[in-house]
Parts: sequence; structure tokens; C-alpha cells
Amino acid sequence: MAVAKNERELIVTVSPHIRDEETVSRIMWTVSLSLLPALVMAVYFFGPRALYVTALSIIGSLFSEWFVEKITNREFTVRDGSAFLTGLLFAMTLPATVPFYIPLIGSFVAVAITKQLFGGIGYNIFNPALMGRAFVLITWPRAMTSWIVPTAAFVGLDAKTTATPLSLLKEEGMHKLIEVFGDKMNLYTDLFIGHRAGSLGETSVIALLIGAGFLLHKRYITWHIPLSFLTTVAVFAWIFGGKEGFFTGDPTLHLLSGGLIIGAFFMATDYVTCPSVKSGQILFGIGCGLLTILIRLKSGYPEGVMFAILLMNCFTPLIERNLKSKVFGARKEAMQ
Amino acid sequence: MALLTFMGGVHPPDHKELSSGVSIKKASPPSRVLIQLSQHIGAPCKCTVQIGQEVKKGDLIGEPTGFVSAPVHTSVSGKVVALMDAPNAMGRMVPAVVIENNGKEEWTQLRDNPDYMKLPPEELKGKIKDAGIVGMGGATFPTHVKLSPPKEKPIDVVIINGAECEPYLTADHRLMVETPQDVIEGLKILMRVLGVKKGYVGIEANKPDAIEKMKEAASGIRDIEVSPLEVKYPQGAEKMLIKAITGRDVPAGGLPMDIGVVVQNVGTAVAIYEACRYGKPLIERVVTVTGLGIRNPGNVKARIGTPITELIEDRGGFADSPVKVVLGGPMMGFAQYTLDVPVTKGTSGVLVMSEKEYVPSGKFGHCIKCGRCVDACPMGLMPSMLSLFAERGFYEETKEYNLFDCFECGTCTYVCPSKRPIVQFIRLAKSLVKR
Repeated sequence: MAVAKNERELIVTVSPHIRDEETVSRIMWTVSLSLLPALVMAVYFFGPRALYVTALSIIGSLFSEWFVEKITNREFTVRDGSAFLTGLLFAMTLPATVPFYIPLIGSFVAVAITKQLFGGIGYNIFNPALMGRAFVLITWPRAMTSWIVPTAAFVGLDAKTTATPLSLLKEEGMHKLIEVFGDKMNLYTDLFIGHRAGSLGETSVIALLIGAGFLLHKRYITWHIPLSFLTTVAVFAWIFGGKEGFFTGDPTLHLLSGGLIIGAFFMATDYVTCPSVKSGQILFGIGCGLLTILIRLKSGYPEGVMFAILLMNCFTPLIERNLKSKVFGARKEAMQ
Repeated sequence: MALLTFMGGVHPPDHKELSSGVSIKKASPPSRVLIQLSQHIGAPCKCTVQIGQEVKKGDLIGEPTGFVSAPVHTSVSGKVVALMDAPNAMGRMVPAVVIENNGKEEWTQLRDNPDYMKLPPEELKGKIKDAGIVGMGGATFPTHVKLSPPKEKPIDVVIINGAECEPYLTADHRLMVETPQDVIEGLKILMRVLGVKKGYVGIEANKPDAIEKMKEAASGIRDIEVSPLEVKYPQGAEKMLIKAITGRDVPAGGLPMDIGVVVQNVGTAVAIYEACRYGKPLIERVVTVTGLGIRNPGNVKARIGTPITELIEDRGGFADSPVKVVLGGPMMGFAQYTLDVPVTKGTSGVLVMSEKEYVPSGKFGHCIKCGRCVDACPMGLMPSMLSLFAERGFYEETKEYNLFDCFECGTCTYVCPSKRPIVQFIRLAKSLVKR
């Protein structure tokens, strides 16, 4: 009987019997794709060196992933896109002029140490790309802070070096910035387009916003972290950022400069290292914003986004534990 | 108008188009039926027949052994040929009665009553109880128990659940389109039994024809309202439905009656009407036989006890290499290892999944904490954390994350991009944690 034959072949599994099409690797590759505009702008402003640094960083990431999984006898996950994304994100945080070993060593720290040694995808405490950057920044501070003038032309290594807008602001103040960029409107426009010194992927705000808009539209990220992060930075920059007293700071300048946009949309929103409940995400974003502005205004570093996010990564488990989702029908007396 | 709904949920492709336009057809009479004596939540029935005994359609064959229990009747006339244990939809062995159909379709004495609405509530409730009516949406909780709330919990709202949020299923949809009046009569009986002034019929907006027919049937009745609901799984879960329609939250760990609500399924409402009007016991129900693995997907009115293999034959047999047969919907239904399993009072659908629809499961990845399950959980839980704890055997810790508030709708597992069997981890934790 046909039925009996089929019956023996029936597959029995637990419910649910249908699944959404979304996969981890599709998420990773889509987020990588969303960084394409920023990469294009990086190449436009910093020349083929931008591609070279990015390629080295991605190769380093993929190799590190493969290498650790090989020696620890784990399943290979090189193709899931996660190591690729980490390599790409890490490259975005590097100046175009770094020597070849920095992307390689940094991506090893990012993927092998920060991610794989903690258990692989899903188990890292810190954002791998930012951890890689923190490591190379502290180890090679000089190489990591030599910036070239973006020329929108293909330049060699002998390009003119300069300072980032945030270090100009820190060292010499607003008047110097305006002097360098012509006038205030020019300053904002250049920051928005990306015509300024900085890391590969952080400079072009417009390119980053295009990618971020795509991710928001696809619901791969939500507004909670970026908005709370950016708002906090803007408000506190306005209150405390000015030299002439309270409420004289320039929030627009702070929003557009440094690694804030890439940090708020692409780094702080990393699923693994941020809280998963919306209220926790808002708290996380506010924390990132506060630490960023604290470092920018009061520390020796001109920029604070990286350390702010890494520090808030430490708080993620604490936030997750104490700001749980609201259970349907939970009674007040039942909650602690 | 904005559609009513709850927080969270998902909308999987529903494939209802396979069967939603197909009228309910009587299934061919089965040559023999296998009627389980435990078709409800609660104590199993005691068998009241012996091998060799002749029975008529509607005769009692199993009597309840406790308050939370419902009698079982035969769905054919004929001879009892065996008393045995047989697997139910969940794969557990339960006592069952096998009756050979003599094809005469002789009914037992039924008590017809055109004036049923004049009967006192207690008597109506007695009829519902004697008819063996249970929740036909799948939960199979005895209806008369739901209709007997303790005095300190007054009920003021009755909701008929026509959400039918499970993908594929269209049995309730067809009932509402084809017999809207019976549904309304069932609701009126429920309102009378409970002494309730307000009745609702909640229907997902993907069934505009059902909404229209039900509105027509309810027109002129001031106390009954048809509420279109947003199309979202699990809109038909009791707590979500109540939230959507009344705005009330069933307290965590509580029951709808705690906030004055009773919910009954569309099929149940029709069964209630037939029990009170014609004295007919619950011996048949509408089953959606569907999926790409079926040649002619549709809705059939099947006798309780019919082996599902006959329903599959009734709808043209298998097509396109079936790989999985599920009783119920794809989100919460049970995959079957045998096609001999019979239709019970809770069988809303027979879903035959073909290779095209089949999603292999088993291999899964790490949780990347993307939060999709947290956002989608209709109960506001953190399924990701529950699954991580359970995966490592930290069962006690799951209680801190409100393990027992999960009603296993499977939404978390559906949305998980790592394909983690989250709800299965939760079931595991539930069975191993100390309550």
C-alpha cells in the first residue's frame, strides 16, 4: 500500500513546523552590504589604500576564524559572514595610512581573541571590531593617529598629514576648525560628505546614513540605540561642550565628527554585545552617549566612541538581567 | 478603522488560500471508527460498552469520571469490535473503542427543542455537558467547566474566537461563512448560561467574507459585536484575543475568568447550538485537510474516530511526495508517525507538508542575541535567555525568566535566525524544573 510506504518515511519533529527565512548569515551579509556606500566613499577620498587596508583586515578576520576553529576542532563558520563583517567593520576604524601588519594583527585580536576565545559567535562580551581597534590604538598610537588629507584623488603614501576635526577642536578650539574649513557651513558640509581626516569608514556621514537607513528599513536594527546614543551626545555636547560656559557647545559638530555615526548605527547595535530588550537598549544608548561625551570633553583622547561602547558592553549583562522584558499580565506585587 | 491586536507576534505566510474557498463537504462514512476515551484535558472516560455490543449514532460509549471530563459518544451506528489502547495525536497511548459501521446511520433518541432559548441556564449547561463538548480549537478543555466559574469571579464578556491565526487552517473560517447563524446562536446560548450582557466575535482581517457574514448574522443584536483583528500569530491565543478585544490583561498565571471573560472557539459555538437545539452530541467536526502534499485541499465534516488516512483519501490522496503529516496547524500542531491516528474533538486540521514546504530542523547555531524572539514573544518573555539556560541545564534559573508564563506558541522558534528550537528548550525546562 502506498500509504504504508509513505508512512514509514514520515518525518516527525516538534512544533513549529515552519520557520522564517531569516538566517544569521543573511543578516551578516546584509549588514556588510550596508557598509558598501561608506567603503566607496573611503576609496574615493583616501584612494586605493583604503581597499588594501580593508582587504587585509577581512583576510585577517577570515583567517583568524578558520585558524581558531581548526585548532580547537570546531565547526567552520567562515562562510556565515560574521568574520567578514567584523573584518570590514574593523577596517572602517583604521586610518588609510596604517602599515600592513596593523589590519592583520588587529583583526586577529578582534576575531581570534575577542570572539573565538570567548566561545565564538554569540558569546563575545565585547564588540570584536572595536576591541581590535582598541588593541592597535594602544599598541601603535602614532600609526593609529596619523591622518592624511582626503583629496578625492588617488594619492600615494606621501600625502599630506593632518589632524582630525575632533583633535583640532580639542587642541586648538572651534575658531581653528572654522579657519581650516573656511566657514561653519563649509565645516558641516565637509563633515557630512566625508571630506575630512579620519578613519576609513567613519568620515562620510551621508554614506553611513544611507547604509543605516537600509538596515532600519529592513528592521535589522531599530532606532532605540542609535537615537538614544546620538541624542545624549547632542544634548550633553550642547550643555558642556562650549568654551563660553554652559549651553554654548555645538551639538551638530559633535554629531557629525569622529566615529559617532558609525558607532551609533553599526557598532553599538551589534546584537551580541547590546541588550536585547528595548528599554535596556535605550539605557545602553544613553550610557554610550554619556561616556562618549565625557571622554571627548574631559579625557586625553579627542574621540570617545570606541571606549564608550566597549565600556557599555561590560554593562550589557547587568542591564539584561535587571531590565527584563515586561511579562504579559504581570501583576505589580508579583514583580520584584 | 485600526484593527485590534496585542504586542508582539509574527505573520508567517498563511497558505490559507489552499482551502479557504472550498466549502465544507461531508467526509465519506468511515467503515470503522476508533474513538478515544480521552479526547479532553482532564480525567479519561470510563468505557460503558462491551465488545459485540450494538450501538446507535450518538450513544454514550464513555462516561466522565470527574468534574473536568467530558462524555464520549459514538459517531456511527454498528458493533463494538475492540477495546484497545491506541496512539493519540501526541503519540501517547490512550484507551479507545473500535466500532464497525453498519452503514445504517441509525440515530439514538435525540431531544429536539426549538424553544431552547427559554430553558434555564443550568439546563442549557447540562445539555452542553451531556453532549461532551470541549474546546475545539485544540485545547480540548471541557466547555461546561469553563461555564462554571466560581461565584467570586463574575463573568461579563463572552468572546467567540474566530481568529484562526494558525497558518493553513480554514475550518472556523468556513463555519463562519457557511453557518454564521449557528455561531451567533451558540454565542447567545453561552451568554445566557453565563448571564452575560456582552458578546464578541473576534475574526482576523484576512477573512473579510467571514466578517461580513458574521456581521450580517449579528445585525440587530445590540449586545453582540463582530471585531476585526489584525492578522498576526498568535492572535487566537486566549490571552492575546482578550487583550485585543477588551484591552484586559489576563494576570500572569491566571485564567480568563479572573478578569471576567470566557472564550470559546467558533466550532465549539456551533456544537453548543446543535447540542441545545437538537440534543446532538459532539460526534463530528470540521477538519481542514490541507498542505501542498494533498491533491485537493479542503474542509471536511468528519466523524470523530475517522482515521486521518481516510480524510486524506477523501481529498484526493497525497500529491507531491508528502514528508510530514501534522495534526493541527504548523505552529502548534503535532507531527504524526502513523496515519491510523483518528480525528478527535480537538483535531482542527490535517496538514500534509510536501517537500516544498518542509523545513529541515535539527541543526542549529548559537544564539546571537538579536532579540527577534524577545520582540515577537506575545507573553513578553525573553525566550533567548530561557533557551540559553535550558541548553546548559540551568533549569532553576529559567524560573527567574518566567518560564511558566510561556504557552508554547512557537513564535520564538519561528523567528530565530539561528534556527534554535527555543520552544523545545522551554518545554524541556518546564518538564525538568522543580515547580
